[in-house]
Amino acid sequence: MKMTASADPSTAEQTAEPVVGASGPAADTHARIKHIGIKPVDYDAEHAPLYAPQRKVYQQSVSGTFRRIKWILLVITLGIYYFLPFVRWDRGPDAPSQAVLIDFPSRRFYFFFIEIWPQEVYYITGLLIIAALALFLMNALAGRVWCGYLCWQTVWTDLFFATERFFEGDRREQMRAATSGWTPRRVVRKVAKHITWLTIAWWTGGAWVLYFADAPTLVRELATGEAPFIAYASIGLLTFTTYIAAGFMREQICIYMCPWPRIQAALTDEHALNVTYRYDRGEPRMSVKKAAAARARGEPAGDCVDCDQCVVVCPVGIDIRRGLQLECIQCGLCIDACDATMKKLGREPRLIAYDTDINVHRREDHAPIKFRIVRTRTVIYAALIATVGLIMLYALMTRHDMGLKAIHDRNPIAVQLADGGIRNGYSIHLLNKQRETRDFVLTVEGMTDARLEVIGAERMEGGAPVITVGHDQTRDVRVLVTGHQPMDPNGSLPLTFQIRDARTGQTARTVDTFRAP
Amino acid sequence: MSTDNKPIVDPHTGTQTTGHVWDDIQELNTPLPRWWVWLFYATIVWSVGYWIVYPTWPLISSYTGGVFEWRSRNAIVEDLAALKARRGDNMAKLAAATPEQIIANPEMLAFARAVAKPVFAENCAPCHGAGGAGAKGYPNLNDDDWLWGGKLADIQQTILHGARSTDDKGHQGSMPAFGRDNMLKKEEIAAVADYARSLSGLPVEAGANLAAGQKLFADNCAACHGDDGKGNRELGAPNLTDKIWLYGSDKATIVEGITNGRGGVMPAWQERLDDVTVKALTVYVHTFGGGEK
Repeated sequence: MKMTASADPSTAEQTAEPVVGASGPAADTHARIKHIGIKPVDYDAEHAPLYAPQRKVYQQSVSGTFRRIKWILLVITLGIYYFLPFVRWDRGPDAPSQAVLIDFPSRRFYFFFIEIWPQEVYYITGLLIIAALALFLMNALAGRVWCGYLCWQTVWTDLFFATERFFEGDRREQMRAATSGWTPRRVVRKVAKHITWLTIAWWTGGAWVLYFADAPTLVRELATGEAPFIAYASIGLLTFTTYIAAGFMREQICIYMCPWPRIQAALTDEHALNVTYRYDRGEPRMSVKKAAAARARGEPAGDCVDCDQCVVVCPVGIDIRRGLQLECIQCGLCIDACDATMKKLGREPRLIAYDTDINVHRREDHAPIKFRIVRTRTVIYAALIATVGLIMLYALMTRHDMGLKAIHDRNPIAVQLADGGIRNGYSIHLLNKQRETRDFVLTVEGMTDARLEVIGAERMEGGAPVITVGHDQTRDVRVLVTGHQPMDPNGSLPLTFQIRDARTGQTARTVDTFRAP
Repeated sequence: MSTDNKPIVDPHTGTQTTGHVWDDIQELNTPLPRWWVWLFYATIVWSVGYWIVYPTWPLISSYTGGVFEWRSRNAIVEDLAALKARRGDNMAKLAAATPEQIIANPEMLAFARAVAKPVFAENCAPCHGAGGAGAKGYPNLNDDDWLWGGKLADIQQTILHGARSTDDKGHQGSMPAFGRDNMLKKEEIAAVADYARSLSGLPVEAGANLAAGQKLFADNCAACHGDDGKGNRELGAPNLTDKIWLYGSDKATIVEGITNGRGGVMPAWQERLDDVTVKALTVYVHTFGGGEK
């Protein structure tokens, strides 16, 4: 791409100069351009490209403490994801027996002993708040713990990297194969890898849909081709996204798409532990021989031997020795790689470790290092998590299994009756969250001579209407309240509606008003 | 930006800058990922698909229809057919039941009210109001005062055939214009109006001749409104002894009514609404609260 750079801003003041026009000979124009300080340049030769290609990361295998932690977490998190839908939970004969189920057709969410109705979606809000605060707390303690160990992008990418190494060999072998053309062996290995990737991706989508229907039934339906179209479509979509995100996009998702690195960078502070190259100990880096010679001469020599092992094991392809970077997901694999090298050389491990820049500086100044785990922000985050958790727990423990809501008629607000009485209409919404059909006795308080009528009430009991609500259901009834006590025009009286379980005596109440015309 | 256009390189990152500096902070010129621009091109290619699939280009007298001949109008027709199919079973139950049976069954009642609500809003609300509260001259359907009867069968009859409508089976009978047609003199009308107010216990003007009013009422009004003024539903003659006044209870309004007559028209709906819908509407109006057993 050839292009002419725009004028220097300083020339904008030269308004007296004739503006470069379309008329006149080209040479004359060129001379004038030169005169006002613009010259054509070869943009490509001097400037960075507008678009950067993805550098393929060939990750070398590594073993060590953090690699082991990552394997354990991978097995636990994927195990939960793939097998949780098959866990059973007995809720009685008329309810689903799946421990975790999002039942869209019946509008219910089941989580072990918890059953949530759509109007209780604020529990989800509470969960999301706790999730966000937990992310903040993790960040305040040890940076991107979520990114490095728990994020699905990391976990699936890790699994896909391992699959790639299983079929195509370790880093060197893959890199050699990439430059040595296509051989039948390479084709077979690549095909096997992609089939395995697609199988994992398909299983990922398959597990997802099992959270929305009875898992064993859906598995059978999927196998026999009887499952609903949306199930196949969801599996197809998630197979595609998993295959692309974990197989190809990988670190690009973290670097360019995910908002968390940006938010994290804004939330972190200097006391948060991060995967840190201890340059106080590592620099100046040099080979073992040179270091020995330098030390013999009494010159400084660092422990880093520039073996690049930390770089080749990095899943995002960066050099941790350049310091904390936006790309770094802080998975700790470079710590394992460096420890292995240090062990071979008989040097102290943890040249790369969870540490802070403050400590690096303190060691340089021969001051004692210190870790400040308990800080204002960690205490506040922990306290907030505890508070929200307690509020949610309280809400769950005191959750009512029956309820009513009254909506006053908006038009007409009140009705004048022939005998001088006044009548108000209400829609009353009754909820029965129990697993058995219940009879609710409706009463009203607040007026001396209120007469209560429920259209479609099953029966009367002691002058009060009884409304039957099926198990795990709601019911709307039209309720009429008639009174004869004198009222000012547009006046209103407070009313309280109460329902009482005819069998257990349990009650629920709601307030509304009685209005005059 | 330097005049020779040499890019400036940030010493810390090795990345070129845009040359922009704010408060000594330089803007790095970090290139976008290549796949991002591919995605951008892919969306352009994708957009071509819309030209092929959906109606797109206007022609002289028509337009390109798209390969699936998709039309928003057809989509509505399909949606309506789907709705009808979904309602099918319940509508069949409504058709087979009487209004009394519908009210006795909670599920049918809820369904009938749900069916009737939008029908009422479209057809009845312009006169009777969104909640059936009525207006001057248009009866309130929530109260317990009915011109033509408030039982389910009466309401159904009124909706199907109307009142003073063009339908032969519609309710007939209207208030004559006693003043305009010179049947009563002005002072006689005033006396009758005072008497009519007294029937429902409303205060009358000082010096009103109630005895004359009563005599005039018996001679002229009782034929329709009854000797006791309680009205006659066969003729749509309102009960004058209760608290509810269709046009208003002040003397001027009553005088106006006697002078010029009254006769509001309710159209017959059987031509526009099917029987099942009218049945649902009957239940809906009855359950506003004023329905009679």
